[in-house]
Amino acid sequence: MFDIEQIRSDFPILAQQIYGKPLAYLDNAATTQKPQCVIDAISHYYECDNANVHRGVHALSERATAEYEGARKIIAGFFNARSEREVIFTRGATEAINLVASSWGGANIKAGDEILITHMEHHSNIVPWQLLCERTGATLKVAPINEAGELIIEAFDDLLTERTKLVGVVHMSNALGTINPIASIIAKAHAVGAKVLIDGAQAAAHLAVDVQALDVDFYVTSAHKMYGPTGIGVLIGKQSILESMPPYQGGGDMIRIVTFEKSEYSELPYKFEAGTPHISGAIGFGKAIEYIQSIGFDAIGKREKELLAYATTKAEGFDGLRQIGTAAEKACVLSFVLKSVHPHDLGTIVDREGVAIRAGHHCAMPVMQFFKVPATARASFSVYNTEAEIDALFIALKKAQDIFA
Amino acid sequence: MFDLRDLYQQVIVDHNKSPRNFGKLEFFNHEADGYNPLCGDRLHVYLNVNDEGLIEDVSFEGEGCAISVASASLMTDTLKGRPVSEFQQKFEGFQHMVTADLDETPDEEALGKLAVLSGVREFPSRIKCASLCWHTMKSAIENSKEAAKTE
Repeated sequence: MFDIEQIRSDFPILAQQIYGKPLAYLDNAATTQKPQCVIDAISHYYECDNANVHRGVHALSERATAEYEGARKIIAGFFNARSEREVIFTRGATEAINLVASSWGGANIKAGDEILITHMEHHSNIVPWQLLCERTGATLKVAPINEAGELIIEAFDDLLTERTKLVGVVHMSNALGTINPIASIIAKAHAVGAKVLIDGAQAAAHLAVDVQALDVDFYVTSAHKMYGPTGIGVLIGKQSILESMPPYQGGGDMIRIVTFEKSEYSELPYKFEAGTPHISGAIGFGKAIEYIQSIGFDAIGKREKELLAYATTKAEGFDGLRQIGTAAEKACVLSFVLKSVHPHDLGTIVDREGVAIRAGHHCAMPVMQFFKVPATARASFSVYNTEAEIDALFIALKKAQDIFA
Repeated sequence: MFDLRDLYQQVIVDHNKSPRNFGKLEFFNHEADGYNPLCGDRLHVYLNVNDEGLIEDVSFEGEGCAISVASASLMTDTLKGRPVSEFQQKFEGFQHMVTADLDETPDEEALGKLAVLSGVREFPSRIKCASLCWHTMKSAIENSKEAAKTE
């Protein structure tokens, strides 16, 4: 049974006041808060088990290694990877995309090839491909979106050709909330021989992902948007592709034998994990995924739909509010502009009412350019949010309008 | 604790709603672009400094939050008709005001109506909004062009 009071009490940070008002944390698309079990797992590691992994023969190192690899196993199960070898720890989704662009892209992309992305990508799924195109002479193609903030499928289909070598698509847009039809995108891309990278940074806390059912080549995400710590994320790739790719960074842990003439690289996944990893981060990530599993995506999805529907109804009835992003398939994000109040002024004013939202371009400047707005205000919801917090947001919006009336 | 009205005083709301000296000057010999990548605020300033070193006319255009628009409006009002040699002192005075300790009372005599912006001290993430126009003006004045441009 879904018990909102129990869930809220799992997150110690939520029970505080900001400027004398109860905190309404509605900036979950930027980062989610962390449940006590994640905080405890990280503390426990440093209090009891801290040691370097894959090295020592002593007890602490054995324990640290077991916990670190245990987290990898949890993550592999969560995304239904074929094995733990397909799960590469990175600093986050951004580094995972850069890893693919640099390693796979460097080995496979040449002048005349095309990389196809969409107009709603986060900068992290634009710039690494631009850099790759500059290095190789390949061309970056961008599939357009419509006024609702949805990918225009016919235009995407037209841009997808035998020249397309990689398709990079966001699973769920952080700026608009749009959920893309990734299963059909992947199938179409494979039909022309292109590989597919799905940016799951925003989606993975809200939607169940099965990388085998999707047949996706690369799926990336960040722990901190899934109730886990910052500084850790994953690249989940098909083993056959990862094995064919050259290393991304050189260093310790990614080698088998080093001589000054030549080095031999480790097996997967260690080939891509040079240097001492973010051990406590991985452990916290594993615990965060167990937390998500303990609630379950059925309950999470149902609750988050209720919250979005409640907020959307309020938004539609709010005078002078224009929603940015009204896709039929969307989740958890209410992006908007208010007539006569700039998003930054809104952000400051609602903050004084205890309501935390994001104001800005959400690292998706092309989306702002498309909708001809310099910035938007964005409220984004998570499983621990309540209708009362959404009410607090709209009361604060009214106050902002009054100040500028 | 500061009230929101300390930041969004009526003067600021008014200058945001009807900014003074808004638009492009017909004659100008200095201009510069200002951009705050964090929030997307964009600003362009124009000024016409005459042979006596007086700021004969000054204007700005662009888009931004209320603090940034009001600050640019107030800045142009303050500089218009003043010797360009006074700019550096005014720039420093403004910078000091928006970054000073909260218990320091702004020097209203020296700052004039610019003092209404002293409330941003309480809102660290908004200080840049208030100071963007001053930095833009500084670069306009320092990168002077030989001849006045006409459009």
